[in-house]
Amino acid sequence: MDSYDVVVVGAGGAGLRAAIEAREQGMRVAVICKSLFGKAHTVMAEGGIAAAMGNVNSGDSWQVHFRDTMRGGKFLNHWRMAELHATEAPERVWELETWGALFDRTADGRISQRNFGGHEYPRLAHVGDRTGLELIRTLQQKIVSLQQQDFREFGDHEARLKVFQEYTVTRVLKEADRVAGVFGYLRESGQFFTIAAPAVVLATGGIGKSFKVTSNSWEYTGDGHALALLAGAALLNMEFVQFHPTGMVWPPSVKGILVTESVRGDGGVLRNSEGRRFMFDYVPEVFKGQYAQSEEEADRWYADPEHNRRPPELLPRDEVARAINSEVKAGRGTAHGGVELDVSSRLPAEEIIRRLPSMYHQFKELADVDITREPMEVGPTCHYVMGGVEVDPETAASPAVAGLYAAGEVAGGMHGSNRLGGNSLSDLLVFGRRAGLHAARYTAALATRPVVDQAQLDAAAAEALAPFGEDSEDGENPYTLHQELQQTMNDLVGIIRRAGEMKQALDRLAVLRRRAARVVVEGHRQFNPGWHLALDLRNMLLASECVARAGLLRRESRGGHTREDWPGMDRDWRRVNLVCTLGEQDVQVRRQANPPVRSDLLALFERDELAKYFTPEELADEQGR
Amino acid sequence: MTIAIPERTLRTDRWWLPQLATAAGLLAFIAYSTWRAFEGAHYYAAPYVSPFYSPCLAANCATMRGGADWALVGDWWRLSPALLVLVFPLGFRLTCYYYRKAYYRAFWSSPPACAVAEPHATYSGETRFPLILQNLHRYFFYLAIPVAGILSYDAVLGFRNADGAWGHAGLGTLVLVVNVGLIWAYTLSCHSCRHIVGGRLKHFSKHPVRYRAWQLVGRLNARHMQLAWLSLASVGLADLYVYLVSSGVFADPKFF
Amino acid sequence: MSKDVEFRIWRGEGGQGDFASYRVEVNEGEVVLDLVHRLQATQAPDLAVRWNCKAGKCGSCSAEINGRPRLLCMTRMSALPAGEPVVLTPLRAFPSVRDLVTDVSFNYVKAREVPSFVPPAELKPGEYRMRQEDVNRSQEFRKCIECFLCQDTCHAVRDHEENKAAFAGPRFLMRVAELDMHPLDAAAQAGLDRKADAQDVHGLGYCNITKCCTEVCPEHIRITDNALIPLKERVADRKYDPLVWLGSKIGLRPKS
Repeated sequence: MDSYDVVVVGAGGAGLRAAIEAREQGMRVAVICKSLFGKAHTVMAEGGIAAAMGNVNSGDSWQVHFRDTMRGGKFLNHWRMAELHATEAPERVWELETWGALFDRTADGRISQRNFGGHEYPRLAHVGDRTGLELIRTLQQKIVSLQQQDFREFGDHEARLKVFQEYTVTRVLKEADRVAGVFGYLRESGQFFTIAAPAVVLATGGIGKSFKVTSNSWEYTGDGHALALLAGAALLNMEFVQFHPTGMVWPPSVKGILVTESVRGDGGVLRNSEGRRFMFDYVPEVFKGQYAQSEEEADRWYADPEHNRRPPELLPRDEVARAINSEVKAGRGTAHGGVELDVSSRLPAEEIIRRLPSMYHQFKELADVDITREPMEVGPTCHYVMGGVEVDPETAASPAVAGLYAAGEVAGGMHGSNRLGGNSLSDLLVFGRRAGLHAARYTAALATRPVVDQAQLDAAAAEALAPFGEDSEDGENPYTLHQELQQTMNDLVGIIRRAGEMKQALDRLAVLRRRAARVVVEGHRQFNPGWHLALDLRNMLLASECVARAGLLRRESRGGHTREDWPGMDRDWRRVNLVCTLGEQDVQVRRQANPPVRSDLLALFERDELAKYFTPEELADEQGR
Repeated sequence: MTIAIPERTLRTDRWWLPQLATAAGLLAFIAYSTWRAFEGAHYYAAPYVSPFYSPCLAANCATMRGGADWALVGDWWRLSPALLVLVFPLGFRLTCYYYRKAYYRAFWSSPPACAVAEPHATYSGETRFPLILQNLHRYFFYLAIPVAGILSYDAVLGFRNADGAWGHAGLGTLVLVVNVGLIWAYTLSCHSCRHIVGGRLKHFSKHPVRYRAWQLVGRLNARHMQLAWLSLASVGLADLYVYLVSSGVFADPKFF
Repeated sequence: MSKDVEFRIWRGEGGQGDFASYRVEVNEGEVVLDLVHRLQATQAPDLAVRWNCKAGKCGSCSAEINGRPRLLCMTRMSALPAGEPVVLTPLRAFPSVRDLVTDVSFNYVKAREVPSFVPPAELKPGEYRMRQEDVNRSQEFRKCIECFLCQDTCHAVRDHEENKAAFAGPRFLMRVAELDMHPLDAAAQAGLDRKADAQDVHGLGYCNITKCCTEVCPEHIRITDNALIPLKERVADRKYDPLVWLGSKIGLRPKS
């Protein structure tokens, strides 16, 4: 059995940043990833990394970034996470340059920053529209450089940092209440592996593969969410799922694939089938005053953001997604059930190709659409889960399980009820580093190492082999179950939710869970995608159940949770976090108080604005302090 | 172990066609130019000189009024004077990055086409003698510049009539001008040229003029293949034109 | 608008196997990967294939379609010849694992052989200043999604397994070029000569610039023209320029 000081599950931005940090703290680190090294879903991030460096507008500061983040999340964010994120993001971006990243530049040679939905100033460090790729490659190459260092020192590239690619973790192992290691299988051979380690960092990303229309890749099966639940940790606010407003809707093979928000930041506008720029009709009360009221003013903003208000196309994602959804439902959608996103009439062709090269490429090659000549057809697609493992803001540690850490999309709290574009890449850098740092410190401070328990290994092995059971009459096909799960979540726990439908979803999920126990796969254990899917089903079902249960419980609409039967935002609910845990067999959701925001941070906002989110009592308490 | 499939390729398109066309084009030019280079006649039809024979460096050249007719080599040279100068453009084109691709694929099947197995047991690329000499391309580029300069001079001389009076032009003038234009475009679009004018720099921002030049050459360089073929055809046609006029097949139509 | 299409897919393990035939329904607007997924869900649940993003951004689903290295997710069915079977094989330059999955560890080994970016000692994080025109070249190379199609198609290793030890392949030679063109890379100060290493350590000489890497690149990076040839020219500066060589011998030029 291999033994490491820190095991990182997931090799996306958060996982790699955690691994780099833990290794630089002197730990022996293992990174485990389901795909090949460098293929993580982070590559799909297009827009940029939000960090208040103030390179383009010197008015920017961490306080403004913090304010935008809290507003975007409708004040449900854990304030301390939002504060750490806003203060540390610039350092995390600058550090990438020392590892070889090449961001787009300003005229004076600094990192260029672009506008994005919900951000008051141009703030996103970017490389064209392939920022995620730049991030993952930079981190990957930093890991290679650390391995080269180890090779010079020990003659072994993997002496202190090893990437186990195409390995899947199915269980976090424990000794009493603390982490003891991980168990899983090699995708290629189907053999099992165990790594003993006192600290495990979960950085597995999201749960989007539980939905039918999604921008997420097959890896996004909620593994970390499920591993945490199974290990006894809690998930926070799982009802908040972000639907990105602009996914491709045509052709069907690329349905859900993302059209970056920078299309709108760079001048793209949304129109319905009547040709109307409908977003002006959907500026919500809380944002009135910050967004343009007329097309003329909106158009002036691109050139002169100081003296004009921004176009409503740049409202936070939840608002835009709901607006598109309403337009389509009202019969003003396109032939394929989306709306038009047009940049062709707004910028010259060569400018579009220069600013949005991969969008141009993606539409040209996948949809045979030339975005410099015609509009794109877009609609909402499941994109991101704000909910996730409950963690301590400073250390990214789970309060429930010693030695368990979570960072990136799998962690909860940072983004509240809705994430701003660009805040995910900065999130994974800031909290990936923190998770790696504190996992390393935890391991270093341990008096005794936990021991892996053989009975747990046997149980994990039996669980993983279950789908190879006898083929019987009622054996279930994993692909069929997966499709049914996706349909259920999409139809019943999607953008717009109703109590009756979510109850129905819970019934169906219960049935699916029973059927999943009877899944049977063909073939043998070598690189068998049917088997892999069968094992991922457990995770998707657990995460989905948390989403549906929490969604049913939260009787208000806020950010990524919209209730048709509870359409308003309720200030009382802002004080409530919904926490999902696993009982003996079933998923349970309970309420937990959202900690009060520190007063100097509250003072960053106008009283009038706070009154929209906080109850009078809360604000009175605040004044009394 | 890689998968064992007996077919050397599973490509179903006509992958051999581009290679065949390349080989046919190059062979046709080699055949024609060899004949003309050794012929040693019909290369001057006043005021036009064939680009194969300019500059003329031997004493056995036809008299070219005002032309690049310099008997530097002396009178011991008995062969065609073209052979003395053709080595330079030949060397330039032989080591050119585009032509290398073309003949490695077309004549040496290395590879015959992408994802089609090549018929050689071993492969050392350009790591050893003689192919390591391809690295001399830039010196042929340096030599190609005076050659193009002389051809430009020849084209200017074309603005005379047969008696040497200036201010005239005929179809032959146009042929020579177009040819030298393409020769320059091909020469300047060369990858070595692109490197020398700016590509070798680490900081373009510190050398704005060279950066501009690099961008211009880069734009030409993107068409290096087309220019290689067009200039190859034009140089052959220019020679053919001079040959036809010189051998009396037809008279050069005069514009003014 | 759907029709049945025949798929012939290589199935097997460790290089041993054969083609299996399937008929599958194809709808308008679908790409090859959609059909592979349909086969998995209906007829061949254990068909092994790598894929992730399905949008041409991660470079996982590399395979060979009708003999040509391509991304399964970026090949539209409408672009393939109608009425003919679609033939799918794994990448043929790498050892077979199972079905369409190959062992691409060669590439990860080569990645480690290229020394990483060397940060300039005098600059702290946040102090980096680079002009857009100075980062453009390296940015083009950083568009690479590491699909390894260029590594697969390059005949230097595809047809000559024995060259794998000495040749880094287009992707990693491009990485050397990227770092050598990085405006702030301080390799030289650290005593590292990326140009000489390109030839001596990474086997640049094996490249005979036949451009198959450029042809298959799904990101349309001009690997040969913008990375490999400029790198060859930089090597020529360092190793094959007699003036530079002489200069360094007699101490007129610094060696780095």
